[in-house]
Order: sequence, then C-alpha cells, then structure tokens
Amino acid sequence: MKYIDEYRDSKIVKNLTNEIGEITTRPWSIMEICGGQTHSIMKYNLEEFLPDKIQLIHGPGCPVCVTPLEKIEKAINIASRSDVIFTTFGDMMRVPGLNDDLLSIKAGGADVRMVYSPLDAVKIAVKNPDKKVVFFAVGFETTAPANAASVVEAERSKVKNYSMLVSHVLVPPAIEVLLSDEASKIEGFLAAGHVCTVMGYSEYEPIVQKFEVPIVVTGFEPVDILQGIYLTVKQLEENRFKLENQYSRVVTKNGNSGAKEVMFNVFEITDMKWRGIGTIPQSGFKIKNKYSKYDAEKVFDINDIKVDEPEECIAGEILQGKKKPFECDAFGKECTPEHPLGAPMVSTEGACAAYFHYK
Amino acid sequence: MLNCPIPKSEYDKVILAHGGGGKLSHQLLEKIFFSQFDNELLNQQNDSAVFDLKDQRLAFTTDSYVVQPIFFPGGNIGELAVYGTVNDLSVSGAKPLYLSAGFIIEEGLPMDDLWKIVVSMKEAAEKSGVQIITGDTKVVEKGKGDKVFINTSGVGVVYDGINISPKRCRPGDAIILSGRIADHGIAIMSAREGLQFETTIVSDTAPLNELVEKMLNASKNIHTMRDATRGGIASTLNEIASSANVGVNINENSIPINDQVIGACEILGLDPLYIANEGKLVAFVDSNDAEKVLGVMKSHPLGVDSIIIGEVVEDHPGRVVMKTSIGSSRIVDMISGEQLPRIC
Repeated sequence: MKYIDEYRDSKIVKNLTNEIGEITTRPWSIMEICGGQTHSIMKYNLEEFLPDKIQLIHGPGCPVCVTPLEKIEKAINIASRSDVIFTTFGDMMRVPGLNDDLLSIKAGGADVRMVYSPLDAVKIAVKNPDKKVVFFAVGFETTAPANAASVVEAERSKVKNYSMLVSHVLVPPAIEVLLSDEASKIEGFLAAGHVCTVMGYSEYEPIVQKFEVPIVVTGFEPVDILQGIYLTVKQLEENRFKLENQYSRVVTKNGNSGAKEVMFNVFEITDMKWRGIGTIPQSGFKIKNKYSKYDAEKVFDINDIKVDEPEECIAGEILQGKKKPFECDAFGKECTPEHPLGAPMVSTEGACAAYFHYK
Repeated sequence: MLNCPIPKSEYDKVILAHGGGGKLSHQLLEKIFFSQFDNELLNQQNDSAVFDLKDQRLAFTTDSYVVQPIFFPGGNIGELAVYGTVNDLSVSGAKPLYLSAGFIIEEGLPMDDLWKIVVSMKEAAEKSGVQIITGDTKVVEKGKGDKVFINTSGVGVVYDGINISPKRCRPGDAIILSGRIADHGIAIMSAREGLQFETTIVSDTAPLNELVEKMLNASKNIHTMRDATRGGIASTLNEIASSANVGVNINENSIPINDQVIGACEILGLDPLYIANEGKLVAFVDSNDAEKVLGVMKSHPLGVDSIIIGEVVEDHPGRVVMKTSIGSSRIVDMISGEQLPRIC
C-alpha cells in the first residue's frame, strides 16, 4: 500500500539498524513520547534490531493512560444519569474507574455510545433533543481541533443539549516536567509527529536550548522511528543538541494554522492533572468561558468528585520512564488487559498493554 | 433447584466483550457453560460435536446470528446464518445435511426485510446443498430485540477415515489459509452508522463445504480445520495452539489482505488479524501433503488465494509467534475483549 509499504520496508529497516549500530559507541536512553510510537515499536519489535546500548523509554503520550482517575469518575457519574447519552472514543470505554468502567455501566443500562468523531456526538444531540449528549473530549493536541470544532458546530447549529467533558493535555509541559526531574535518565526525545502536525515544531526549540537535549520530531512507521533514533543517537554521539524534523513529509515549523485557530477559539490553557504524574502547570485545555454552556463540568454538578490515584498501580513511574512494565509486581498478575488496574494496561498504546500483548 | 454457586468471576454482569471471541468469551464458556454441561463430546471443543449413532458418525452444531446491520455489503443476516453453520460442520470434517432455523423478531420489522432474509436463506441452503427442515419464530416487543436474531443448528455426516480435531495438529504441520482476511468485519463496519468511509469491500460470506470436501478427498492428513470467524485468524490460531499445546509460527508477509482493508484498519487503529471472516478457513496439514492440499484449494473459486502462512512447532507451546513484515518476531496474543478503535 503506497505511503505505508515504503516505511515498512525490511531492506531500509536493515540498513538503518546497521547504521545505528555503527554510530553507537556508548549507552543512550531515548524516550519516545507518543503512545502511537510505543505501539509501533512493540508491534514490530523494533528493539530486536537495536544495539543493546540503546534503551527506549516509553513516555506518557497515551491520552487514555494519562486521563486522571478523577476525570474517569466524573465521566461515569455523568454517563450513569438517565437523561444522558454519553459518547466517547472506543478505547476510553475500558479505562477503570474506582469500581466501574464505561463498558460495565453500559451493561448496567447506561446509554454509552462509541463514536468515531465528536461531530457524530453533535448529530446524536440533534436527533435526541430530550437527552443531554456529552462527549468525552480526551487527547493531546492531535484530537483537540476536531473536538473544538464540535463545539463550534453545536453553536452554529444552535444545539443546546450538547456538552464536552474535557481532559485535554499538552506535550511540551510534560517534557519539561520529565527533564526537570533529577532522577530522569532521558538523554534524547522522539517528539510525537501527529501532535506536531497540528502545532508545528517551533515550541520545542526553547526546550532543546534550556535542557540541552536533542529532540527529533518523528513519525510512526518502523522506518520513521528508526530514522528518528538514528538522528537522535548521531546528535548524542557528536555531543550536539538540536531540534530536527524526521517527519517532514507531514510536519511543518508552524503546523496547521486552521486547526490551531479553531482549537484556541474554544480552549484556553490551564493547569491539568495527569494520571500517575500529578498536576502539571499550564499543561491542558479547558473550555473558554464564552462557550461554558458546552462545558460538562459546568452543566453537571460534578465538582465535588475528588479522587486520589490508586497506590498499587505504578503508572506514574511507568509513564515517566522510571520503571518498565514488567518491573511492576502486579504486571500480568492482578493487572491484565481484561482487568487493568491502571490505564497503561488499557489502550493498545499504553506501555503495559503493549508489553503484555507483544513481549 | 439451583445448588451450584455461580463460579467466581470478576464480572457481575455480562458485558459485550464476553461475546467478542477473545479471552473473555473463553472465560465465559469455561466458567459458566463447560463447567455445567461438562461431557466428552462438548469437551472436544470443536466447531461441531462429532458422535456415533448406530454405525453412523454425525456432527452437530449451533450458532446464533445477531449481526448489525442486518443487510451489509455482500450479504445479510439470513445467508450468514446458513453459511456460518454449514461452515462449522464442514471444518469439522462433516458433510452438512440438515439445518434448523429459529427467528427472534422484533415487532416492527418490515415484512419486506423478513422476506428478503428468508429468500436469501433458501438460496444459501440450495447453494450449500442443505435443507432447512425445522424452525421456530418468536416475536418480541419493540426495543426487546434488534430487528431480527437468527439461530441455526446443523447436522452433518462424517465419513469413515476423517478425523478433524483441534487437538490433532502436531509440530511440522503446515498451516494453510484459504484467502484474504478481514473482509467481512470491515464490510460490516463500513455499513454501520457513524462510520462514513466508502470501500468496495464486501463480506466474504460463503459456504465452505465444497472446498472442504475437495481438500478431504485430496488428503487423509488434514489434522485440524477452523473457519476463522469472530476474533479473526489471530484468535483461531491461538485457540488451536492452546488446545493442542503446540507452538504456532506465522509469517506476516504471507497473509493476504486487501489494500482497502489495510487502509481502513490503519485509519481506525484496528489489527486485521483480529477481524472477522465468514468464508475463510485455516487448515493444519501434514507437511508432506501440504502442497497437494494447497493445489486443490487454489483450484476452487473460494480458495484461489490460498497460501501457506506458517507451521506448527514444538517451541513456545500455546503461543502464536509472527515474523513481522520487517523481519522481527512478536507474539500474536488472543484479544481480551473486542477491538476498540484508538483515539489517535
């Protein structure tokens, strides 16, 4: 298949891995930020080809994984109401709350529906004027424009029974937190190509300079990831730190201006809680006041819901790359994809689920 | 009187994933059904139970069809219900003979739709050489069903010398797949509300009995066969690896998949290995007979794309390991519940 096969070509993969092997003289720890990249690394078992000296650390870039338990509990609370149709992307359905997940309350009679686009949730609202239709707006900068567009569409078509429960997070502040941690072992980053498709890569330049760390904007196919690793290792070996763009077929410096416009029309930046990490200042989105009637946290009385993260799940350490999934006592025992204790075991992009399925 | 305590499960309600064909489906079968209905024939865990009746070996199977939408590109729930049961009998080595058909109809179903479904069942039965000899209809209140659910049971005869069972495959066996995978699942998804992508993919729903008959005539050394329906070929291969306690090695590059199916899977974040088929089988064949069986399959219209996708090994018993398109190896696990499209 064109535009895919080229990036899964075994000869190119072999050449790249040979080149990485040739230039690697010392041990390096590189974090791929994005869960989509983690998934590819596991699905193609790319680590099989890499020199032992290179350690990949799987970062917090899985939106399902970093959505805080408190937000899941709010979602379950809203979805359980008889006058609500709760809509969500598929892989949020199985994220465990304190006692339930969205799938199990669906089995108990709640109207929870999987949608492929937030605009479909607006359509459901139009068709069901006697119900409150809520969309669980989760994700990084990648999904934010489409989610914002649903609010604009609801406003345009005067839909009054639509709102969003927002749990949007931003990549650059998370990278800063990871690098500011003195225990951090991360020496280079593969930045998430799809996030940069929307945002551009210019916002990573200050991070490169401040922390003197190489960042390479990287795509998702095996060849992309290996090229990203090659460029990062080359910088590290040459004692350089630069921002580079491996994913230039899609990513530009300033990103997609239309997408950014709709996103910043609806959202503003706010402090945000990350599952397993805690609150990171200025690391998420909330709905602007002018659109507050579309903000589920204002439409529903759920602000009393306060939940701490479970102690047995070491998601925080996994997501920060401090531990590997198999270093968790519960991994594969109490915690499996059927019964996840924490979110990294839920989504196929989560580091724990990726290890469980492919290792 | 109910005196057995319900087996401990972490679920106090049935959830959709219990019907997904993956690990939860298996747990439901093991804990609830097999534990209570326990008997030698059931424990064969074959697609049909095969048993002797006065010098005659018979195969018996049942399946329920709840597909939504009931009409989809390439077929409808009626022909699916006939072919599905015909195929379950066929891959057990049986010649399908008679079917029953039970209908649970939701009030309000257009009579015209019911007529189309029944006509297509008649045509499917003719095409498969079976007769529908008994049936039942129930109508439930609106909202208590979803248009129409169909159950079919089937009986077939198993001729002497044929012994197909998941437990019979052994190290060295070649694994043959009868064609392109994942067409059915993607055709269904493309017809579902809320998912607007246009493809020319149609369901592969088809009767496999003629293909299987030719295969069985060609070789007495076909050890195991399965039609790779719900859960896709990944689940089918895992079931067999686990039943026979053997390792299964497959080669990603040899698995035929339509480009449009690959495209849809890329967009939705789905893995075609786990997507349903309704007219594809995998056969585990003694390696000496593999080429002969493959040749026969390729000469049949439903098997033209047949290909050897791997082999049975002694290593990693119970596990399926795939050589990926880029040459690395990874485990192909059984899926937990249903595949859920990823956020991004």
